[in-house]
Amino acid sequence: MVIANASNVDFMIKGVTKFHAFGQDLWITTTEIGLSIITIVILILAFATDRKMKRATEVPGTFQNIMELLVDSLDKMVKETMGHNAKKFVNYIGTIFLFILFCNISGLFGLRTPTGDFGVTFMLGVFTFCIVQYQGIKNHGIGHLTSLAKPFVVLFPINLIGEITNPLSQALRLFGNMMSGVVIMGLWYGMMPIFVKIGIPSFLHVYCDLFSGCIQTYVFCMLTMVYVNDKLD
Amino acid sequence: MNGISGQDFIYGCSAIGAGIAMIAGVGPGIGQGIAAGHAAAAVGRNPGAKSDITSTMLLGQAVAETTGLYGFAVAAILMFLKPFS
Repeated sequence: MVIANASNVDFMIKGVTKFHAFGQDLWITTTEIGLSIITIVILILAFATDRKMKRATEVPGTFQNIMELLVDSLDKMVKETMGHNAKKFVNYIGTIFLFILFCNISGLFGLRTPTGDFGVTFMLGVFTFCIVQYQGIKNHGIGHLTSLAKPFVVLFPINLIGEITNPLSQALRLFGNMMSGVVIMGLWYGMMPIFVKIGIPSFLHVYCDLFSGCIQTYVFCMLTMVYVNDKLD
Repeated sequence: MNGISGQDFIYGCSAIGAGIAMIAGVGPGIGQGIAAGHAAAAVGRNPGAKSDITSTMLLGQAVAETTGLYGFAVAAILMFLKPFS
């Protein structure tokens, strides 16, 4: 008797509509749809918070309370890691924190997790890389390049590779964690008999989407702050 | 080996290779366990610094996890993208 059937395992990124531009066939995939939905949700949240905070009350209501808690804890997190440089970066860190957090937990709401696409996480890693390099050149000038040959000149290639693979490993960490959650959920939904598909996946969702997603969001923002902070002073 | 085409043989070897690649998960598991154990000991010695210790531990564990994720990436590519077919 065959219970498991590999043909209905389904967690790949799928194309939804195809269009033709710049002489190539391009696809609108499930990743783009998920990203659009998440962007709209964050925008709605931002506008609602803005409206609410314009008529902020002394004793906060539920929504105001949650938003104040969120912003306060984000500010505190950045402040603890970056010290006196926190003011310049709290906006960027807060933005990517909310974005990655919403992306990671969107698997709970039936979207295909957008951070389970290497294109998304790689661009986030490249953003970090650009900021780190810009701050390094701005604050150290040519010393930013010569610091690569710091202990010995022989180590220059290794230091260069270490610097370049930073965004790659950062992107791969987020991608690998989210993708492993997506794969496990896909295998469970695709291959298990029907009676274990009720109830038990909720625990897996709590671990793979919620727990792992929150930890990885924290780690990504933390590593970004640590890398940037290295180049600041 | 009768009845097994070359393509099937490649798929089978890819699956075995994916399984071997996931042995990479052993190292990060041990490393993360050591990190968590030391963090627990540190919290026991100095309970006031719990939040600092926790964030440092999570950061270190996440960095240690990278090698395991390389293994996972190789396994996933072997299993689902089928580069040798």
